[in-house]
Amino acid sequence: MRELALHLLDIAENSVAAGAKTIRIEIVEDSRADRLQMKISDDGKGMSEEMVQKVIDPFITSRTTRKVGLGLPLLKEAAEQCNGSLRISSKAGEGTEVTVDFQRSHIDRMPLGDLATTFLNLLIANPSVHFIFTYRVDQETFYLDDSSIKNELQGVSLTEPVVLTFLRNLFESGINNVRVAA
Amino acid sequence: MTTIKSLEDLKKIREEALEKRKVKAAEGKAQVTVAMGTCGIAAGARETMKAVLDMIEKENISGIIVSQTGCLGLCEKEPIMQVTIGNEPKVSYGKVTPEVARRIMKEHVGEGKILQDHVIQA
Repeated sequence: MRELALHLLDIAENSVAAGAKTIRIEIVEDSRADRLQMKISDDGKGMSEEMVQKVIDPFITSRTTRKVGLGLPLLKEAAEQCNGSLRISSKAGEGTEVTVDFQRSHIDRMPLGDLATTFLNLLIANPSVHFIFTYRVDQETFYLDDSSIKNELQGVSLTEPVVLTFLRNLFESGINNVRVAA
Repeated sequence: MTTIKSLEDLKKIREEALEKRKVKAAEGKAQVTVAMGTCGIAAGARETMKAVLDMIEKENISGIIVSQTGCLGLCEKEPIMQVTIGNEPKVSYGKVTPEVARRIMKEHVGEGKILQDHVIQA
């Protein structure tokens, strides 16, 4: 995976598989501190300490734990190569928070990639999950709590063509505005 | 922030969607599922899903349920997409590039013709 946005999708899918009702995704770029941080937190079933160790070690992860593949160890390695780190804090029954950060200007840092499509896919394909998206670059912020949209739609499906067009434009222009202004 | 202004638009969009849905309500429900495990994502499932959504917009296909599933244990066949129309049995497709996804949306979801050359046993 050559985009941070794809890793983000992968981690959020773990949250969905863990039965999360609410998933918060926050990406913060700070040009002065030269950091890029992504945080995914959920209220899913969480993991024991032993399990947390397993999901970040590619050699211990076994095939029976089908829900955790190579995604996290590879992202951890990518972060560490860019003077960053990947941390998981989790509590069984309460949820999981994955935080990964990079030196923003590091030559090996993966591009953020197509964040708008990642957000749109998550929102559309998991209508029963409550998503809160934040993308910030320095002072500029894109923030979307999807309950504002779902309340307004009152049961009209997110996949109705006109709604889909609206959502795609919302994500594309919202994220683009942050990038341009920064 | 742009969000507030666009939420106003959403009211109108909701009305519009309801109007259009009345016209199409008679057709059988179609469900499209894209596998989004790590293997699927690494193989390009996000672009497959994007192609599905693009087709819904472009061809103005109403009443579709789009969902995702995890790894199906057939990682080498990813990206995998499954289509169920009404009460018909579920059809699974493998190696679904965006181009194949567009064909599935047009021919299978739109016209009811299964793309035999991409069907897999899942």
